[in-house]
Amino acid sequence: MTWWRNISLSRQGTDRLVGGGLGLMAVISASVVFFILIFVCRGALPALREVGLTRLLTDGRWLPASSREPQYGVTAMLAGSLLVTAGAMLLATPLGLLSALFERFYAPRNLGRWYRRVLELLAGVPSVVFGLWGLMVLVPAINRWHPPGQSLLAATLILGLMVLPTLALTASAALESVPAAYFQAASALGMGRAATILGVALPAARTGIGGGALLAAARAIGETMAVVMVCGNIAQIPGSVFDPVRPVTSTIALEMGYATAAHRSVLFATALLLILMVAGPLGLAAFVKTQQKKRTVRHA
Amino acid sequence: MPDPSRHRRTRTADRLLGALCWASALAVVAVFLWLLWDLLSQGLSHLSWSFLTGTVEDAGRGGGIAPVILSTLLILLVCLAVAVPLGVGCATWLSEYQRPDGALAGAITKAVDLLASVPSIVFGLFGMVFFCQVLDLGFSITAGGLTLACMILPIIIRTTLTGLHSAPNELRLGAAALGMTRHSALRHLLIPAAVPGIVVGVTLGISRAMAETAALIFTSGYATRMPSSLSDSGRAMSVHIYDLAMNVPGGAANAAASAAILLAVLTAINFTASKLSDRWHAKAVVTR
Repeated sequence: MTWWRNISLSRQGTDRLVGGGLGLMAVISASVVFFILIFVCRGALPALREVGLTRLLTDGRWLPASSREPQYGVTAMLAGSLLVTAGAMLLATPLGLLSALFERFYAPRNLGRWYRRVLELLAGVPSVVFGLWGLMVLVPAINRWHPPGQSLLAATLILGLMVLPTLALTASAALESVPAAYFQAASALGMGRAATILGVALPAARTGIGGGALLAAARAIGETMAVVMVCGNIAQIPGSVFDPVRPVTSTIALEMGYATAAHRSVLFATALLLILMVAGPLGLAAFVKTQQKKRTVRHA
Repeated sequence: MPDPSRHRRTRTADRLLGALCWASALAVVAVFLWLLWDLLSQGLSHLSWSFLTGTVEDAGRGGGIAPVILSTLLILLVCLAVAVPLGVGCATWLSEYQRPDGALAGAITKAVDLLASVPSIVFGLFGMVFFCQVLDLGFSITAGGLTLACMILPIIIRTTLTGLHSAPNELRLGAAALGMTRHSALRHLLIPAAVPGIVVGVTLGISRAMAETAALIFTSGYATRMPSSLSDSGRAMSVHIYDLAMNVPGGAANAAASAAILLAVLTAINFTASKLSDRWHAKAVVTR
C-alpha cells in the first residue's frame, strides 16, 4: 500500500473538501460504538447508584416489578447465560471441528464443496427461525421425554446448532492456511492421515481455531432470539438440564417493553454486564492473536 | 524393518477419525434437512398469493403479510441509505487518506471492530434510547432502519476495505503520475475497482439486517397496519415470526410460512453473495 500523500502533489480545494468529508464519515462511524457505551452506561447509572452492584449480585431473586420489596438479583440470569453458552460450545466445538476436518481432509473434493455450501447456508439462517423450529419441534420432543420441554437443554441444543457453522467455517479457514509444505513433510515422514491431522494440521491451526471458538462463544452469549423462544424464561439456577433458565439477553428482550424507573435502569445495567461478558472472550482472542504475531516476528 | 503392529495402529486411527468426521458431517446435514423439512411442510401449505398480498388479520393468525413485507423493505431501505455511504466513506478514508499503521486509523479500525462485537439486543436498547427518545423519532421505521444501519456498518466497512486493498497499486501510482486529483482518482479508478467488495458487503449487510429481530423489537415496533410513511411503526418479517410464535396462540402455522419465505429470500441473497465473492476472488487471482 502506498501512502497517497507521499506521491500526490494535488493541493486542490476539492480534494481537501472530499478528504475532510470522508474523514468526518470515518469519525462518525467510529463514534457509534462510543455512543452505544455512553447511552447504556447512562441508562444503567441510576441502578448502579441506587441499587448498587453488590445488591445486583447478591439479591436472591429477580422481582424487579414488585412494588413492596423489589429484588434485583441477576446471578441466576448470569448463570443462565454462562450455562447455555458453555453447553452450546461443548456441543458445537467437537462437531464443528470434525465438520471442518471432514471438509478439508476426508470428503471427496466436490462433496466437500457442497458441504461447505450447506454450512454457509446454515450460518445464514436467522436466529428467529432457529428459535421457531426449536419451539415447534425440539421443545415438544423434549417435553414428551421430560417435561416441561422449554429448558436449558433446548436452549443449549438450539444455540449449539446456531454457532456450529461459525466454528466449522473459521476452523476450516484456519486449516486452509496451514502451509502445504507441512503436509508434504508429514507425508514424506510416512505419517498416516490421522497422525498428520492430529500432529501437524491441528497444532499448526490452533490459534485460528481457538479464535473462531472464542468468536462463537461471544456470539452465543449475546444471542437473544433463538434462546428466548426455547429456554422457558424462569430466572433460577437450574437444578438439571431439563429445568427452565433465563439468560440476560432474554430478560432484556422480554421486560424492556414495559419496564419503568428502577426496573428499567437495572435492565440497562444487565446490558452493561452483557457487554462485559461478550468482551471477555473477544479480548482474549485479540490478546492471543497479538501474542502469536509477536512470536512469529521473533522466529523470523 | 517396519513394525507391523504400529502400522495397524495407524490404520485404525485413520479409520476411526474418518468415521467420526463422516458421522458428524452427516449429523449436521441431517439436522439441517430436518429443519428445512419442518419449516417447509408446515409453512408451504399456508403459502399462497393471497398470503403475500393480504393484510394481517386476527393478530397474524389469518390474512397475509403484505404490510410486514413492505415494512421490512422500508426498514432495509433506510438502513442501506445510511450505512452504505457512511461505510464506504469511512473505508475510503481509512484506506486512501491514512497510513495503515497510523494512530488515528488504528483507533478507528479498533472502534469499528468493537462495534461489530456488540450483541444485537444492545443495539436495540441503544436505538430505543437514542433514535426513539433522544432524537424523538418514536417507534418508527426510520428508527429501526437507523439502528440496523449501526449494526451493519462494520460489515460494509470491512468488505469495502478489502475491495480497496485489492485494487492494484499501479492505479494509485499512475493517477499520481498523470497529475490526477485525488478525488477524481477515487471516483474514476479506485471506487470502481472496489465495487465488487462493496457489492458483497451490501449483500451481506442485507442478509444480516433481514435476519435481525432483537434490535427491531424496541425500535420499529409491532404495528401490523400498512405503513403510510417512514415515521410509522412497522413490524419486520423476523419480528412477525417472533410475535406469532411467542405471543399468539395458534400462530405457528403462519409463523412457519413467514419463516419459509424469509429463509428462501435469505438463502438466495447469501448464495448470491458467496457466488459474487467467489467470482471476484477468482478474477483477482487471474489479473494478479
